[in-house]
Amino acid sequence: MASDYIVVCVMFFIALGFVGVALFVAKLVRPRRPTNVKLTTYECGEKPWGGAWVQYNVRFYLVALAFVVFDVEAAFLFPWAVVFKKLGLFGFIEMAVFIFVILFGLVYVWRKGALKWV
Amino acid sequence: MIAGWINSCYESIRNWWVACGIPLVWLDIIRAILLGIVLAIIVVVAVLILTYVERKVAGHFQSRMGPMRVGWHGLLQPIADAIKLIQKEDIVPEKADYWVFTLAPFVVFVPVMMVLVVIPFGDHLIVQDLNIGILYIFAVSGIGVVAILMGGWASNNKWSLLGAMRSVSQMVSYELPLILSVLGVVILAGTMSMGGIVEAQRKMWFIVYQPLGFIIYLFAATAEVNRVPFDLPEAEQEIVAGYNTEYSGMKFAMFYLAEYANMFIVSMIGATLFLGGWQGPLLPSPVWFLIKTGAMVFILLWFRWTFPRFRVDQLMDFGWKVLLPFAFINLLVTALVVII
Amino acid sequence: MTGLETEEILSAIVFYLLSGVVVGSSILVITLRNIFRSALFLLLAFFATAGLFITLDAEFIAAVQVLIYVGAIGVLILFAIMLTRRIQDPVAKSTTRSFILGAFVSAAFLFFLILILGKIYLPPFPETGADTEGITKGIGRMLLTYYLLPFEVVSVLLVGALIGAVVIARKEEARGGEPPEVALERERKDREITDSKPDGNGLEQNDRKH
Repeated sequence: MASDYIVVCVMFFIALGFVGVALFVAKLVRPRRPTNVKLTTYECGEKPWGGAWVQYNVRFYLVALAFVVFDVEAAFLFPWAVVFKKLGLFGFIEMAVFIFVILFGLVYVWRKGALKWV
Repeated sequence: MIAGWINSCYESIRNWWVACGIPLVWLDIIRAILLGIVLAIIVVVAVLILTYVERKVAGHFQSRMGPMRVGWHGLLQPIADAIKLIQKEDIVPEKADYWVFTLAPFVVFVPVMMVLVVIPFGDHLIVQDLNIGILYIFAVSGIGVVAILMGGWASNNKWSLLGAMRSVSQMVSYELPLILSVLGVVILAGTMSMGGIVEAQRKMWFIVYQPLGFIIYLFAATAEVNRVPFDLPEAEQEIVAGYNTEYSGMKFAMFYLAEYANMFIVSMIGATLFLGGWQGPLLPSPVWFLIKTGAMVFILLWFRWTFPRFRVDQLMDFGWKVLLPFAFINLLVTALVVII
Repeated sequence: MTGLETEEILSAIVFYLLSGVVVGSSILVITLRNIFRSALFLLLAFFATAGLFITLDAEFIAAVQVLIYVGAIGVLILFAIMLTRRIQDPVAKSTTRSFILGAFVSAAFLFFLILILGKIYLPPFPETGADTEGITKGIGRMLLTYYLLPFEVVSVLLVGALIGAVVIARKEEARGGEPPEVALERERKDREITDSKPDGNGLEQNDRKH
């Protein structure tokens, strides 16, 4: 029921409000004396060299992609798990087929070395 | 007992509200706001206590005393720390993306509060027992990942961004075994609602039926909250402090708060799903819940002083090539056993 | 004012607020110059869409929306930004060169969508038997009985996506970002060249000889 989610919505704003209040209170108390050195990017005390917004490795992207696929699959598993007891053997076989197809994908990715993190 | 008293109070207010002819929606909203404020205070207090406990436990593991200076046996140490944090200057690096940098602490706290909605703290002590309980928890906690990436990117610092990316790819990799281990519980309980799952464990805790699932949950949950041995995102020898390198003052405190609150949250979820939640003899239900959660938290603290840190490739291998296949096997075996 | 009326008004307000957020952040997604920020607004739009699902009592769909779109696709998009080469200056000019073409294509798409939606025959949804447990059980039952074939095809589709991604990423790796073995090899060769250069860093050369 949508009315169950009133409290969820309120909680969302309470979280934002809590952080807002905390930051505001701290703002009243804390000092503010910025200097140039303070405001530079931290790089172990060296002069910062270049920015951080550079090209990162493709392997991060591959992990995210594999995650999307398995996450979608997990989303399908939830309704199955809830009704599983009533479905019995038939439900098991159907889901086993589903899971094995996905596992085939995992094995393929594994064999291709996409999961290798050198 | 207390819960019953609160509930009866609420009932009488509700009756009076209806009698006055004001729509019930407003009462719901007021109740939600009050509960939210109470929960936020509880989170802060719990985290303060946890920081103290962690340092004490760490101390005694290493034959030290831990904090001793402030108050009796250092009991006031967390308060001193909090006061210090409030007074700290808030530095936003010149090169940072100011708005995203400021917004990240807000976003990181959202999942913490939202997850607490469905946690059954005791008999009838649950803010709102949603039908999709556990799925809701996974969905909402995904927002935390976005907050980490926001913080890491907005800092425009190499350590921050690299730490954020490591952190996120780790959390994402371990979320799959986490979800799959929980699915075994969902099969047994036949429901996703947290209250229903506790109810289903009236006869026997699920850890008995799901020992492998519990172990997978424990490892994956430890990785989710970036604790040792999965604390690569904060490996100080390699990447300083990870995604919150540039954060200071209250904004840093928010990340810290969320991190420790998440530790509590995964412990509470674990206690609810595998250890029977608030159920137990003699003692009142919230006390049982607290004991079980405390045991889970203690395991996390224990891990920290027992295991050395993983290397990044070992970490990824462990998640994808060990935990994930085992989680699938666990799920299929559970399903098989249930139909036989 | 009765309770029912208030609830209706409230839900209307909630609907318009959420739709406003969706539309507003979608516009920001395409107009903002900062690619990271526009990705964040895209996530906000996803999140607000989940709120819209909630107002329709579709809590399972809403949870999946947040789980997959915000939690998974969101991460994917943000990682994709880290993968591009030009985030160094995040205010890259978004070219308006193909604006007219784009507008034409979108308009045509909208037109056909409306045309199709009017004509298409949707088989009536069978009774899901959704009980007090909400729609999740109904979805589960339907997926494994009535919609079994599409459901199994989904798994094949997912594996296809996974394999395709790996293949493309490997190709990318071979072309642009070289795989680590190659990079190491190149680095080694580079070092050899500098070492053999007569006007290289003298100090370093001496060090190497020891």
